[in-house]
Amino acid sequence: MEEETKKIVRVVDVTKSFRMGKVTVEALKGVDVEIPTGYYISIMGPSGSGKSTLFNMIGGLDKPTTGKVFIEDVDIAQLDAYELAWLRCRKIGYIFQTFNIIQVMTALENVTLPMVFAGMNNDEAVEKGIQLLDLVGLGDRFQHKPFELSGGQQQRVAIARALANDPSIILADEPTGNLDLSTGEEIISLLKRLSRERMVTVISATHDFKMLNVSDQVIWIRDGRIDKVEDRDELSISVGGIDEKA
Amino acid sequence: MTEKPLSSTTGKNTFRVDRQVVLPFRKSVEIAFQSIRVRFFRSLITTMSLVLAVSFLSFASVNTDAANGLLQSGDPAQRQALIRAGHDLAETDQTVGSSPKQRWIVMLSLVVCVVGIVNAQLMAVTERFREIGTMKCLGALDRFIVRLFLLEAFMQGAVGAAAGAVIGALFALGNGMFRFGTLAVTAISWSDVALSVLIAVGTGCLLSVGGALYPALLAARMQPVDAMRAEH
Repeated sequence: MEEETKKIVRVVDVTKSFRMGKVTVEALKGVDVEIPTGYYISIMGPSGSGKSTLFNMIGGLDKPTTGKVFIEDVDIAQLDAYELAWLRCRKIGYIFQTFNIIQVMTALENVTLPMVFAGMNNDEAVEKGIQLLDLVGLGDRFQHKPFELSGGQQQRVAIARALANDPSIILADEPTGNLDLSTGEEIISLLKRLSRERMVTVISATHDFKMLNVSDQVIWIRDGRIDKVEDRDELSISVGGIDEKA
Repeated sequence: MTEKPLSSTTGKNTFRVDRQVVLPFRKSVEIAFQSIRVRFFRSLITTMSLVLAVSFLSFASVNTDAANGLLQSGDPAQRQALIRAGHDLAETDQTVGSSPKQRWIVMLSLVVCVVGIVNAQLMAVTERFREIGTMKCLGALDRFIVRLFLLEAFMQGAVGAAAGAVIGALFALGNGMFRFGTLAVTAISWSDVALSVLIAVGTGCLLSVGGALYPALLAARMQPVDAMRAEH
């Protein structure tokens, strides 16, 4: 393994099958992926391709049937419930398509919650929470309840919340799926900026071709297998191809 | 980031995975209180069945206390009045117990109330699938979720049971005054009344927390990935 780019996530020969009644569905049929630290990765693929399954696996939300998933060289299948919770709390930030802001809490409380879980004292957490909300451009709205915020603003809160414990990975599941075009672009460029400034690895599952422009690497999934992995420089050609079709 | 060991790639020792995730008790109370406040109307309805059941329990036992007070006053006319009012009193009885029928009805009302609470809490859990899943993604342990739900149930239970117990007791006292005159209130042993009310409140809290236990465990055991799936 080369030393200059460390692999933050390694997926080794992973398969995953679900039982649906009497049929067993193979969602992943042997996937190997290595994700270098600090990259902005998009996982692309049609729905039903196993994209979400792979994504959940990388995020430690699901365990593989066979094969192994390493996050910073730790095999997540070997972690117990406490260690998994710790991993989710400290190492991984989640961003969802539906924002998943906790409705009963203010923006600030949403952002401070992971810090509370991490054992930070309240004053520090509040201070850092305000800083983070400032960072995502919501400095003046920290006392707002989620229903007082627009979709784009809620997603910004979610991004601030994902950054709360300085994770090394941000997992974004269709982060622009419920946003209009320009808000989606803002969110994408915010994620890209944060990824660059804070050396956070961003991994997003998406249908959104706007994502391709900022991605360092795109992983195409088809039918439970890796179709192709493209680096940024190869990308512009295929984007053109897709735009023509669309 | 720590240095990677040269040979081993499977070991856990490259970065230390800790186990420390916390939710201070004060913060749990805060979150639980907020959840109730935001869903105030819904909480009110959930609590209503508890208020009714507990007030019935309290009514029944304070009624017995009042009857005992009357009996202890030693007035034979009161003894006759009690028998007329339906109390089973033998010639020599010095205390009035609650009748089996009464106990049976009180028990039934409590059982119905628990079923109602379980039902309401199960609905609440389904409604909050996403919230629970999100919390778990942020690093919440199963027992944080259980604790939040039980705390909520306890707060609702305490307020509802207290209200119910007081209402029931007042109603029983009013009823006694109406039937037996002021002696029902003057002859009563207030410590017995207090005990009856306390028992009613305690029972109410217990029922509320007990009814929330299964839904809370159900919620806590949910995998975060299901929460993400539930939204589509």
